[in-house]
Amino acid sequence: MNVRVLDAGDAALTIEFGDAIDPRLLASVNALDAAISRMHAEGGLPGLIETMPTFRSLTVFFDPLATSRAALRNALEPLLAAAETVAPPAARHWRLPVCYEGEAAPDLAETARAIGRSADEVVALHSGTEYLVYMLGFLPGFPFMGDLPAALRLPRRGEPRVRVPAGSVAIATGLTAIYPWESPGGWHLLGRCPVPLFDAGRGAPALLAAGDRVRFEPVGTAEYRRLTAAIAAREIAPQHWLAADGAHETRP
Amino acid sequence: MNGTAQAEILSPGAYASLQDAGRRGWRHIGVPWAGALDARLMRIANVLVGNAENTPVIECFDGGLHLAACDGPLHVAVAGHAALEVDRGAERRAAAPWRSLTLAPGDSLRIRRMEAGRIAVVAIAGLTVPRMLGSAATYTRAQLGGMDGRALAAGTRLQAAAAPGHAERVLPAAPAPETGPCTLRAVPGPQDDHFTPEALHTFFSAEYRVSPQADRMGVRLDGPALAHRGAPEIVSDATVPGSVQVPGNGLPIVLLADAQTAGGYPKIATVIGADLPRLAQCRPGDGLRFTAVSAETGEAAARERETETRRLLAAIRRLAGGLDEAALYDANLAGNAVDALNPEHTP
Repeated sequence: MNVRVLDAGDAALTIEFGDAIDPRLLASVNALDAAISRMHAEGGLPGLIETMPTFRSLTVFFDPLATSRAALRNALEPLLAAAETVAPPAARHWRLPVCYEGEAAPDLAETARAIGRSADEVVALHSGTEYLVYMLGFLPGFPFMGDLPAALRLPRRGEPRVRVPAGSVAIATGLTAIYPWESPGGWHLLGRCPVPLFDAGRGAPALLAAGDRVRFEPVGTAEYRRLTAAIAAREIAPQHWLAADGAHETRP
Repeated sequence: MNGTAQAEILSPGAYASLQDAGRRGWRHIGVPWAGALDARLMRIANVLVGNAENTPVIECFDGGLHLAACDGPLHVAVAGHAALEVDRGAERRAAAPWRSLTLAPGDSLRIRRMEAGRIAVVAIAGLTVPRMLGSAATYTRAQLGGMDGRALAAGTRLQAAAAPGHAERVLPAAPAPETGPCTLRAVPGPQDDHFTPEALHTFFSAEYRVSPQADRMGVRLDGPALAHRGAPEIVSDATVPGSVQVPGNGLPIVLLADAQTAGGYPKIATVIGADLPRLAQCRPGDGLRFTAVSAETGEAAARERETETRRLLAAIRRLAGGLDEAALYDANLAGNAVDALNPEHTP
């Protein structure tokens, strides 16, 4: 692995492990992030503000009034080599309900046509794979997950939508995601997930974290509505969607 | 006195939001810092009203903000090159920025227009705004901070401290408006190797113009298109405030405080932190250029800017009680009026 330290201005540097979407790169990114957290907790990285892990790089934000790029780089150097060889940590496994029907799935028919399959086959393909959460970004709590089955890979829509509803489950290229917020977006919308991905009132505001595993569970429109109401009434806690140990390996 | 008062927004003007020093520690879950685009203005305005430097303030774009004191007097100050007026009953008087003033209940303060730049900051003594994720900074896309996660609107009421007992303060020599050619210092990278040598040369020599798409998220520029070497996209990686993204059309976008935390466009350079406030103050149509500097030069510039900010904060003086009623409203002669008062400052 060829690790590069890149300038991101006078208050951040980016440690790049590669330029691909690859679980091995992610493992290195997350290992370095964890090592930096530990060193920071022990007081070894004065001036560090925070880190931002992505698919293939870790950006380290610092206060140039409290430290310098050179000092930080020296302090981080010993952590870089170790991060390249580490095994990924134990992941949390989630099973999230998705309604792939009607107005919740505006691009399902179009996607089926584009790949020459039926709508049911698209749903089976999308919900038949466990995805890795590569990173959160774009919007608070927005998970970039992969990898999609090869048959489902499509470029982004030619015309991005001005308004993608919150909860939309979407695909583009090799990735799938859930929009936590209404926003513009250029991905294909296959369904809707009722589980809130971000709640500033929670100790951990984002439901998912990089390294988590996610599988989608198809639910009908009536069940989707029931779940939406129950979640709004706080009858279902976020932990409800965590698969019990090993449960992710057996499907009903 | 420890009473409370309220500031009622009569009009937010073009765009106004509550901001503070920003929200740190959540970029890894996609939450940008937000926060005041020009933190120096926030700090000056707050010290003028006796607040801690990073107390939430109103940041407003392009003037037009109009607020009234309700239920008690308010101690307020505006930092920025703004023309102000105060309405008291039927009487309307000009007022000066860079100093505090007291609004009696029913008085209103209006930012009539900006004389330079586009951002002014209004501090209110004792302003209280709930924090979310450690900050009151408004980030509307995720409804964080501010009042219910929204920008300010007519009718919004803000809780503050009632003013009696506050001493008026003034910044005797306000920073001069940064007019003239705008040259932003930028560190090449992190993806400068995704551009042709000609594109790099063009970026660091040509003149660009601020397009109408300029807000708290970022500033889109018009000017010569920059050619990518290969595809105009990368596997998404982190952005920072100051990142200069170049999408497929070749026109740079400089990201600011509310920008998304990651992006899939190559970033040719990063504007240094010390120069971002100048960029945020640029109006659509303003010209600007980029010059390449090292990260070390950027760090030195950050320290210089901080030293200058602290010098300005230390220069803020209390006005002697009771004598400044006339001076308060003396808009265009602020510098002279203040100099005349200098010998009478109480420590």
